[in-house]
Amino acid sequence: MNKRSHSIAFWAAVAVFLVAVLSMTQIVRNEYPFFAGYVILQFIALAVAWSILGGYAGYVNFGTNAFFGVGVYTAVALFNATGAPLVVQIAAAAVVGMTLGFGVGLLTLRMRGIFFSIATIALAIIIETFVMNWRFVGGAAGIQIQRPPVTAPFDSYVKMLFFVQAVLVVIAIAIARYIQNSRIGRGLQALRDDELAAECTGVPTLRLKLIACMISGALISAAGAPAAMYLQYADPSSAFNLSYSVSALAMALIGGTAHWIGPVLGAILLGSTQQLLAVTISSEVNVLVLGIMLVLFVVGAPKGIIGLLRPRYRLRAGGKQ
Amino acid sequence: MNTAAADAPLLQVGTLTRTFGGFTALDNISVDIRKGERFGLIGPNGSGKTTLINCISGALKPQVGSVVFCGEDITQLPPHLRARRGIARSFQIPRPFRSMTVLENLMVGLDFAAAGSAAAEEEVAMSILTRMGLASKAGAASDTLSQVELRKMELARAMAVRPKLLISDEAMAGLSSSEVDEVLDLLISLGEEDITIIMIEHIMQAVMRFSERVMCLDAGKIIALGAPAEVMANKRVQEAYLGT
Repeated sequence: MNKRSHSIAFWAAVAVFLVAVLSMTQIVRNEYPFFAGYVILQFIALAVAWSILGGYAGYVNFGTNAFFGVGVYTAVALFNATGAPLVVQIAAAAVVGMTLGFGVGLLTLRMRGIFFSIATIALAIIIETFVMNWRFVGGAAGIQIQRPPVTAPFDSYVKMLFFVQAVLVVIAIAIARYIQNSRIGRGLQALRDDELAAECTGVPTLRLKLIACMISGALISAAGAPAAMYLQYADPSSAFNLSYSVSALAMALIGGTAHWIGPVLGAILLGSTQQLLAVTISSEVNVLVLGIMLVLFVVGAPKGIIGLLRPRYRLRAGGKQ
Repeated sequence: MNTAAADAPLLQVGTLTRTFGGFTALDNISVDIRKGERFGLIGPNGSGKTTLINCISGALKPQVGSVVFCGEDITQLPPHLRARRGIARSFQIPRPFRSMTVLENLMVGLDFAAAGSAAAEEEVAMSILTRMGLASKAGAASDTLSQVELRKMELARAMAVRPKLLISDEAMAGLSSSEVDEVLDLLISLGEEDITIIMIEHIMQAVMRFSERVMCLDAGKIIALGAPAEVMANKRVQEAYLGT
């Protein structure tokens, strides 16, 4: 019963959120809020997607930028070749991201801790190098993108992208929430706590890690796919920028990874702070603030915002106090 | 008289050899364990007891030899598939899922290893906990448990796998003598339910009271196998334990 009423509340909140986003795009004239809001939504999607592997399974992925860049360039290549619509670009990016997640997972998920993280950094560098030498998508110099005409009911492309990213956020959260409440979530939690004990208790650890890596990869790539249309430009060093990895990781950890709401809160907090700073002071200060907040949280609230809010999640995430 | 099938051993370990670099931890070990047997495994530190049960539970793979369970060769199976076939174990140093409550620890085994309906799972978990005397701790965080509670939870979690074979790796280490009796009584009562149990233990009274058969390992070899009193009286066993 309880579970069911939770579900109803969740989907009601989702409906309210999407309706609010949609009506905002119809009412608000100024494009800037959408321009800034898109970035925040994108970070929510990234942080939630990251936490499926990094939080639930405890495998710290430093290759968010690899999956993000793959999403961007899948969209670019597809658009360049066929002029495919945005939805198709995003779906294709998700498929490529999932495939990449499977391949990478097979190669690296037998490694533990820091070794896995280092392997994922290497992955980003390899793929970036590949794209830099791929002339069809502009190579190292990057490529300009001509946006197609916007589809109704939207009157500007940025507003449409804002709505699309909001849908991607909802998809990411719904999947993360499903995993958290399912058998898969319990298995991931078990293997994060103790992989051998989990395996000896019947948990197919390698398969669950692969599933987590594929889903996480698909969602990150999907979230990255609209970025080229958003910027009307793509180049390897920004698409594969390490700051995506650092941000996704920092936002998830600051929010807390024991519950899907954690990365959402972390991304909203950090994302909006960054946007505010970029306008009021300078975009360079962003990184400094990110670093300071991460340090503060690691020292003061190792289980993130949700650890501060709900002692139960502190307990779930392994704290003793 | 039982039929031939019923007499077939539950577990057949055949010519098992496992080395770590130049060190031979297990050297050509062969033993059959009968269905429903209470089997004691003893030997000095470093004699290969844990390596042997790691090979049985799948945490390690042997270089030579085979492990046959219920007539099926499981030598190459990963641990989770062995758990599903009914091999469960506890660990020498308890390895709880620390971010979970006691009940959730059991739910992992019920979710993944024991086939059953989700609705009944919680009841099954609670009945196992009641058996183990941990019912009052069901909602407690597993990292707040005392040593003896942790040992019992390890056994309870192994029971949640619905095992045919339960391997207890020094479940009594570090417990007081009354706690040892408590855990021992639990293991004996589980043995009465048709669960075959391999018990690794250093506490001799416990081994003597528990086991129908005892096997003593030393330096990776079987030096004695038989009735508890016989094995204890064996000169080589005494030498292995006391030194010459």
